[in-house]
Amino acid sequence: MSTSATPATTQRPAQSGGARTLAVTSGKGGVGKTFVTANLAAALAARGERVLVLDADLGLANLDVVLNLHPKLTLHDVFTDKATLDQAILPAPGGFSVLLAGSGMVEYSRLTPEVRDRLLSIIDLVKPRFDWVLLDTGAGISDVVLFAVSLATDVMVVATPEPTSLTDAYATIKVLATQQGRRQVGLLVNQASRLGEGRMICGQLQQVLQRFVGQQPGQAFRLDLLGEVRNDATVRQAVLKRQLLIEHYPGSEAAQGIKALANRLLT
Amino acid sequence: MLPAVPLLDCRDTTPTALNTPATPPLIDARHLRLDAALQLLQQAGALLPEAEPYSTAWLQGVIDALCDLSSKDALTGLVNRRSFEMALSREVDRVARSGEPALLLVLDIDHFKAVNDTHGHAAGDQVIQAVARAISDVVRPMDTVARVGGEEFAIILPNCPPSFGLTVAERMREQVAELRLDVSPSQRIGVTISVGGAFAPQWVRSSSLLWMERADRQLYRAKAEGRNRTCLEAQMESLVSAEEKGMLFAATQLMDGE
Repeated sequence: MSTSATPATTQRPAQSGGARTLAVTSGKGGVGKTFVTANLAAALAARGERVLVLDADLGLANLDVVLNLHPKLTLHDVFTDKATLDQAILPAPGGFSVLLAGSGMVEYSRLTPEVRDRLLSIIDLVKPRFDWVLLDTGAGISDVVLFAVSLATDVMVVATPEPTSLTDAYATIKVLATQQGRRQVGLLVNQASRLGEGRMICGQLQQVLQRFVGQQPGQAFRLDLLGEVRNDATVRQAVLKRQLLIEHYPGSEAAQGIKALANRLLT
Repeated sequence: MLPAVPLLDCRDTTPTALNTPATPPLIDARHLRLDAALQLLQQAGALLPEAEPYSTAWLQGVIDALCDLSSKDALTGLVNRRSFEMALSREVDRVARSGEPALLLVLDIDHFKAVNDTHGHAAGDQVIQAVARAISDVVRPMDTVARVGGEEFAIILPNCPPSFGLTVAERMREQVAELRLDVSPSQRIGVTISVGGAFAPQWVRSSSLLWMERADRQLYRAKAEGRNRTCLEAQMESLVSAEEKGMLFAATQLMDGE
């Protein structure tokens, strides 16, 4: 594996050929980030896209829990040279592929040059083979999360209408804008209690961002509302049964929200 | 796990359960060589059990006193490193389940080597004891204060809201800075500490090692920035000013008011 890459967290990889890379992150944990990521992957796959979800929440992720997968080989095995990348990329229900971190990855959840190089080369290797690489990152703003986000060309912040989630989403977006030089961040409002709540929250965040972040000259900052997922009873059902909402409750309002998000990303 | 069957001949006539024949004795406590253990306890000033020597209660008392002794730091009476590591692992597991915020502080006496070199090791010990007392005075009974190295201490603060973290750490630092120690009849000295801290990741599986590393990193930062200061790992809360929060929450109020 190549170790010549010297990534910097402030520098995004150039948009070369291959997959579009989208980092999914959140300020606060427990806002449904992994749930959204898995269902978005399935919705994109249903549209004929080749999708890989990379569990970039090293060691702390629960993508395996959400998808009810019991992987034998994981990113940890790739890191420790016990498996090849091809062996560790697994098919998931929903027609997409996953590369799971595995619980052993907790040792890697601090950002050493080795972890950086490995993750970077893994992304370079998978990009030509997929249309989308979704990076399911951790919550918060740890250096690993920021690095994982820096690997992607696009970033989507998942937030709920709850005040603490809103505050943390704002803080995350602020850090992405000021420390990573992002000019554009996407927002997905999850658990919206009514139609239009996403638009309202996005508007409010935009106002505060414009006042406190968008002041630097030549640093116009944009927050785009990528979608809104309604908080309906089917979400709880799907989560409890560890099923994909898109597959098992395709007609639900929440599933419609995910599909609209996929549409938005494909246009 | 401890075996349920008593392994010792306790000379205790109380039946362990009704209608159960007494279990045949496996060990006679009087055959154990306990001199070294008893001497150790005596020297450490530990209270020896009052029960009839070589009875179950007495032996249990000796063992408890030994456990207590082996979990404490001899100089300060604080929790020692071994015991601290156990407490830290327990806290990591607890936080992963409860989601409660927990803060780990690590602190180090500034320029301690100079104190030792200038005033001697007795003065150094005096400083360590005084700092230990000063820290213990400003924490809650539920907090674990440990001496984890020569002049290094660590404190686990369970259920500590993020907004209080800095206040608690600063209170410790100020308490220590106010100390005046008579290290000799003619010399009175003061010391300062540097404090680093990090909150446990809530709701997630993590390791105590990582938590310790994160707190240590902040301690290094406090040292590098000039000592006698507190550095806590950035929390979401500290990134958002009151003014920004006010504007954000206008949204929720607007929604509620609709």
